[in-house]
Amino acid sequence: MRQAALRAPRTCSGHPLRGTAVDARILHEFRAIVGPQGLISSPEDLHTYECDGLTNFRVLPLAVLLPINTHQVQSIVHLCHTHRIPFVARGSGTGLSGGALPVENGVVISLARMNRILEVDLPNARVTVEPGVINLDVTSRVQPHGFFYAPDPSSQSVCSIGGNVAENSGGAHCLKYGFTTTHVLGLEVVLPDGSLVHFGGKCLDVPGYDLAGVFVGSEGTLGIATKIILRMLKRPECTRTLLAAFPGTSEASAAVSDIIAAGMLPAAIEMMDNLAIQAAEAAVHANYPDCGALLLVELDGPIAEVEALMLHVDELCRKNSASEIRVAQSDAERALVWKGRKAAFAAMGRISPNYIVQDGVIPRTALPQLMNEISRLSRQTGLRVANVFHAGDGNLHPLVLYDRHIAGQEKAAEALSFQILELCLAAGGSITGEHGVGEEKKCMMTKMFSEPDLATMQRVRAAFDPLQLSNPTKVFPTPRLCGEKPGEYVPHPLESTGLAERL
Amino acid sequence: MSPTSSVEQQLAALVGSQAIRPATPADSVSGIQPQFVVAPESDQQLAAALTFANEAGLAVIPRGGATKLDWGNPPKRADLVLSTARLDRILEHVWADLTVTVEAGCTLQSLQQALAQHGQRLALDALWPAHATVGGVLSTNDSGVLRIRFGALRDLLIGITLALPDGTLASSGGKVVKNVAGYDLPKLATGALGTLGIITRAVFRLHPLPRITTTITCSANQSSSAARLLAALLDSTLTYSALQVRVPSLDQTDFLVDILFEGTEQGIAAQVGHLQSLASSTTVAESDRNVWQAREALHSQSLADPSASALLKISTCPSDTLAAIATLTDIAKSRATGSAVLQATGLGTILLRGARNELHHIAKIFREKVESSGGSIAALGNSILDTDFDAWGSTGDALPLMRAVKSQLDPKTTLNPGRFVGGI
Repeated sequence: MRQAALRAPRTCSGHPLRGTAVDARILHEFRAIVGPQGLISSPEDLHTYECDGLTNFRVLPLAVLLPINTHQVQSIVHLCHTHRIPFVARGSGTGLSGGALPVENGVVISLARMNRILEVDLPNARVTVEPGVINLDVTSRVQPHGFFYAPDPSSQSVCSIGGNVAENSGGAHCLKYGFTTTHVLGLEVVLPDGSLVHFGGKCLDVPGYDLAGVFVGSEGTLGIATKIILRMLKRPECTRTLLAAFPGTSEASAAVSDIIAAGMLPAAIEMMDNLAIQAAEAAVHANYPDCGALLLVELDGPIAEVEALMLHVDELCRKNSASEIRVAQSDAERALVWKGRKAAFAAMGRISPNYIVQDGVIPRTALPQLMNEISRLSRQTGLRVANVFHAGDGNLHPLVLYDRHIAGQEKAAEALSFQILELCLAAGGSITGEHGVGEEKKCMMTKMFSEPDLATMQRVRAAFDPLQLSNPTKVFPTPRLCGEKPGEYVPHPLESTGLAERL
Repeated sequence: MSPTSSVEQQLAALVGSQAIRPATPADSVSGIQPQFVVAPESDQQLAAALTFANEAGLAVIPRGGATKLDWGNPPKRADLVLSTARLDRILEHVWADLTVTVEAGCTLQSLQQALAQHGQRLALDALWPAHATVGGVLSTNDSGVLRIRFGALRDLLIGITLALPDGTLASSGGKVVKNVAGYDLPKLATGALGTLGIITRAVFRLHPLPRITTTITCSANQSSSAARLLAALLDSTLTYSALQVRVPSLDQTDFLVDILFEGTEQGIAAQVGHLQSLASSTTVAESDRNVWQAREALHSQSLADPSASALLKISTCPSDTLAAIATLTDIAKSRATGSAVLQATGLGTILLRGARNELHHIAKIFREKVESSGGSIAALGNSILDTDFDAWGSTGDALPLMRAVKSQLDPKTTLNPGRFVGGI
């Protein structure tokens, strides 16, 4: 049996490394499973898969496999298991935390070719899909019948359901509609030894542990989902979107608190600060008012109910110094309002050469204080920070703007983005609301969870993946490699099990 | 010094002598009487008592309000009842963030009363809220009529602390609604019947209390019209908070479809109008909110006559629910009577009455039929359990993995041995 020689994974500074050549025999076995069209092994083609949406980390995989069905996935994983080859599953590669970043001396298993919608059961509002199905395509499929699939990340026109499952993706409507895990009823999963299991099902409360619940959001570390049973919702009778301009984020935040205190649960509440507004305007001309902060409040439900509540929201915004309030009068107007918000990240490129997106969560009530602290840090470092905030659920996306060509700015920007995450933790929040921990934030896990907490998660992981082959370097910190505990040497799990040596 | 007094003394040293007492027959779990009942006053004490029991090879039965101790299979062994009754504090209600942190021994009623002070609630109507505790409700995954709109406990729970048999107090999740850091262990603990760890504290996301509520009941005398109405309601844009069908008799003479509206006056008025147009083939009337206690009423009836009744939890796809009742009627024929309360989610509670061996036989066949169409039948209570009919039914191909998870967190099977699926 071969031992995989494991080079120490890189630290968070991001230098691309070349993988060692894989045994030709093993490539031949992979090719026999997926056919020549299903295997990528030439270096120039492998570059496409060396990173996901987090482009400052790149690792060349040994090979990329593109299976077309569950049986092929099983065979690939079984082969990996036999030869102790680590693997990373990949959907559309749009993730923002490096979840699909290849692992040194590992392979990438792309689910992109498994993109069929397998069953649509409208009377039960359930749709079964393969993991490569694009998020928005699910809604498109059921829309003619008045249904929709609720989790709507900004990347929904390109991201895959399998990726959504791995990251427990959210979107702007989480406060009311929940996350991917709320809408996944069942999974067919290939475990890291190649065996096939089923979690949950079309019916609720399947007896036993909620393994579907553990699997969603496990970032590809527990196996590969090959079929997903999704719950659909009926499209509400009406949707009304209101845009309100405020002098600053404090006033906007106060308005949000008042809305919550009044017992209302909007479908979405989004906040953008002035920099974010400028960027969005430059990119998509949503005709946003020029103001310190704007709120986008969306209510949906029965017409009479929504109209009654909308009056109340209007009142509360005015009470909190809203200078201008607009209600979208048509689908087209609504789409334009959202276009600005959804383009906010990509739009940063209009006002800055480079930027880092972060994804922290804070209790909503902590927002004004956090905004002050971010302003302070921004002044100190001389780096601008634009803020887009899912005000309904406290998920903050600070966008740290910098110029890579100015010496030291990239490092300063990274440091600032992590400082902001620490502020989020200090306020009682989380280091990630939707992007996942992946590669990027695993060093922060020890700040959010104690050692016993992480150890307990690792025990659950050991039940699924005792050999640690499934996306092994993600989510959990490896102390030595995060540079956190100098001195006492702590072996990497693969080293402890004798499966790898530190070169 | 006898071995048992040594155990008692050692436990007393951990939790204080007033927190431990010998068990009585009233403390029995499915007919098995433990030796001691321990009621620690803090999560650290609870963890210490659990660790001690684990090391001493004692089987532990976690207990909150003791309202559902007869759910699941009978335990293989029971030495110690570990009670959470004294861990009953609400630690933090951050109303502006719609979250609450509460200890596992707090009753649902106490929790709801405290939340109501800021016009909020945990959107869950559990059984026996005056006695049932947060930990027990989570461990049994109890859910009621509000589930169709607000989700199950797994959707309301955002953080948890578990005491593991090796002494670890492990927290996961957090205090914010949106959080994808690390594994979702709160979901693993929900419905696990305390077999992976004892829940010591939980963090929930909350909802506002409704301004106005209205209950409407539509009566039909045929399964087909009830099924048609149910399908029409599920396909509509009505935003009801609860939707259930009461089947007062398995003879299927009556079907009562109850709908709960919550919201503004204008909103509810419009929705009732819309409902009336959908429900025109049935009799529609406003009714009393006590129809929402129907599920608990079935439980009470069963408890009043345990030797000649059985209570089942059914799960089917929503479109198959009424057909499943018809199947049950066929199987039961004249050997049993019964009634059912079915939620539009596909979950329901069925009460069967008759001779024990008949009920056992009927339930067994019914379970096979329901499982063959992807659903499940669980027994709530132990009146008809046997070697060929356990509390849970089939778990499918994930059972080995479940055993692996169990053996990682509770390798000595200290917690509730034998009570869970597959005899875990």
